Amino acid sequence: MAGVAGGNDFQWCFSQVKGAIDEDVAEADIISTVEFNHSGELLATGDKGGRVVIFQHEQECKNRPNLRGEYNVYSTFQSHEPEFDYLKSLEIEEKINKIRWLPQQNSAHFLLSTNDKTIKLWKIGERDKRAEGYNLKDEDGRLRDPFRITSLRVPVLMPMDLMVEASPRRVFANAHTYHINSISVNSDHQTYLSADDLRINLWHLEITDRSFNIKPANMEELTEVITAAECHPNQCNVFVYSSSKGTIRLCDMRTAALCDSHTKFFEEPEDPSSRSFFSEIISSISDVKFSHSGRYMMTRDYLSVKVWDLNMENRPVETYQVHEYLRSKLCSLYENDCIFDKFECCWNGSDSAIMTGSYNNFFRMFDRNTRKDITLEASRESSKPRATLKPRKVSTGGKRKKDEISVDSLDFNKKILHTAWHPKENVIAVAATNNLYIFQDKIN
Amino acid sequence: MRYSYQRRTCAIPRAKMFPKGTKRKFSDSREEPVAGGEDVNQSSLAAVRMLSSYSLQRQSLLDMSLIKLQLCHMLVEPNLCRSVLIANTVRQIQEEMTQDGTWQIMTQALSAANAAAQCSADRLVATEVLCRQTEAAQGEQVPKPFPVVGSEGCPAKEVLEEEAAAAEVGMTMSTVSPQAPTSYLPGTFGMDPCWEEEETGEDDDDEEEEEDSEECGSGSEGEERERDSLVEDTRTAEQVFGTFEIKNPAPSPDPALEELFSDVDASYYDLDTVLTGMQSVPKMGPYDLLESLSSHGPSPLSSSTSCRSDLNELDHIMEIIVGS
Repeated sequence: MAGVAGGNDFQWCFSQVKGAIDEDVAEADIISTVEFNHSGELLATGDKGGRVVIFQHEQECKNRPNLRGEYNVYSTFQSHEPEFDYLKSLEIEEKINKIRWLPQQNSAHFLLSTNDKTIKLWKIGERDKRAEGYNLKDEDGRLRDPFRITSLRVPVLMPMDLMVEASPRRVFANAHTYHINSISVNSDHQTYLSADDLRINLWHLEITDRSFNIKPANMEELTEVITAAECHPNQCNVFVYSSSKGTIRLCDMRTAALCDSHTKFFEEPEDPSSRSFFSEIISSISDVKFSHSGRYMMTRDYLSVKVWDLNMENRPVETYQVHEYLRSKLCSLYENDCIFDKFECCWNGSDSAIMTGSYNNFFRMFDRNTRKDITLEASRESSKPRATLKPRKVSTGGKRKKDEISVDSLDFNKKILHTAWHPKENVIAVAATNNLYIFQDKIN
Repeated sequence: MRYSYQRRTCAIPRAKMFPKGTKRKFSDSREEPVAGGEDVNQSSLAAVRMLSSYSLQRQSLLDMSLIKLQLCHMLVEPNLCRSVLIANTVRQIQEEMTQDGTWQIMTQALSAANAAAQCSADRLVATEVLCRQTEAAQGEQVPKPFPVVGSEGCPAKEVLEEEAAAAEVGMTMSTVSPQAPTSYLPGTFGMDPCWEEEETGEDDDDEEEEEDSEECGSGSEGEERERDSLVEDTRTAEQVFGTFEIKNPAPSPDPALEELFSDVDASYYDLDTVLTGMQSVPKMGPYDLLESLSSHGPSPLSSSTSCRSDLNELDHIMEIIVGS
């Protein structure tokens, strides 16, 4: 797979944008998660209103092989509804926190979607045939008079317009006291994990759950929470979870049924010279993702992305600064709560590049081989079909060059928290508030 | 049906950068001369010692953090991760302040301020603002000036006030009292939007003036003991930061003060409440929260304390102070 940064052979260009254009963004339309399925054919988004929209990649046009097909709406359904916890007098948001696809095993597609409290397994199936010629009903569905039936016939399957139906197959509820922040399907395709702030539950897709948790006996002593968790892509007994203190623990389920202790503990020693009151907050890990190979994992904290080798616990092997220019603004970002924004990160299919979001609708990509990085923007202005994206730059010093934007001009309401990279191709999906941008590489 | 998405209101607009105008100019609102007064000198020296921009920033960070933890506008369960991170930040600041002795000075000054000012915690008003509860009045609650957060001169000022005659105290009070019901916390913590809600009719003073005005808070545990109402909510703060080991001895309670503070609810909120989103009314000021760390008794969470009563009581107190 090609690299990310500009070169003569590779550039990112706009493909599509989904979502309303007007300035007034309905909060329910804000996209809260984006995920490609394992083949890349389907792209699922969840929003704050509890809806899931699935896009399908159209078959490429045979006449124009240079043009990649587009993603069009395949299915839309309401996954979660707002609920009310009567015991605590609190609302439970219907916002979809995460969507994870199950590997496809038959013609139907399965995905897990979760809000703060409940995980649901959805089956998305196609129906393009219907049976005609029932004996007991006529075509309208009305029951036929039994005395009129003089002969039997075999119903025949007739084609019909394609209908995509989503139906909930399982509901995994009441297992989390705190807010679910992660779900991850295991490589055995039978189990998955769900994590909230203090607890990780291990589920079997069919029935039972085993769980472990890190909740201390005394809530007063609570100083650390789980922020993300993921199953290893190849080893079904291994998973990791990250914490608000910037540490990652790798657990092996073979050692014990209750994984309260970890097998490996990843932590980078703190740089004493850069210590501030915000050090802990910005070290809190917002996302952890294994590489496709399973050899590395990537963590996202507030200012950087780090790549860890699973065999080395004492420091990451690579660190990429996402928006270091924000380090001097931490107090303001703390005041307006932006410092608590949880950015996600993702690998490309070959693990040669990583991507994460930033503010002002910027997103960043890092090529691990060439060490080049690029900043791009998801905006309507650069949304002409197949228009090449222009690299953006934030000016940090005094003098601002022509096309640069100064730190103080950044729009902190426009944040890109959720991005996804097609598992096989250079196609990326970037969620900018209520719009979903799809970019692809320019095929020369 | 869509629930209102305004529910998770934060007093501070999200994109708003740190308002530079809310620096507390403690020297501006000081009415008493610094020089002169034998007891005064020592206090002002202490104040000067504490004076530094780092301390200012640290103090304002502390206040900001405490306010963030206090916010209970939410109908949705608060984000536990965020609460834990803020709590850890507060802990960190407090540890550092204890190490360099600032903590002692501040809490002592707060206690002195309590005695001198004789107003109940305007934080009660803050809680009214924050929690929007409308229960019946709970009794007498006296508004209290808050020390200007971050202005290290304030503790000294409060000490000054303490030394001064009652008349002077009254005078001191009057500099802040017109704004007492509304000024302190916004100026301290930048809670402008919240204050605007509650300010109607309270006073005509300029909001900016309020922000700059000195604020003194009651931090004494003596006060807390007086609070006889809302017993269930008392002592919740001790659950908040169990690992806070810094413990400052409470000054002996002043009987007059006790009387005035008879009905103030000592409970701030406990971490469980905050972290799990149960609505309870923080009745203590932020500094009370930090002070009442020692006792770790769990207390049942009660969510039916009154905020509305605070304003009524403040009105009453204002009449006393201003009218008399």
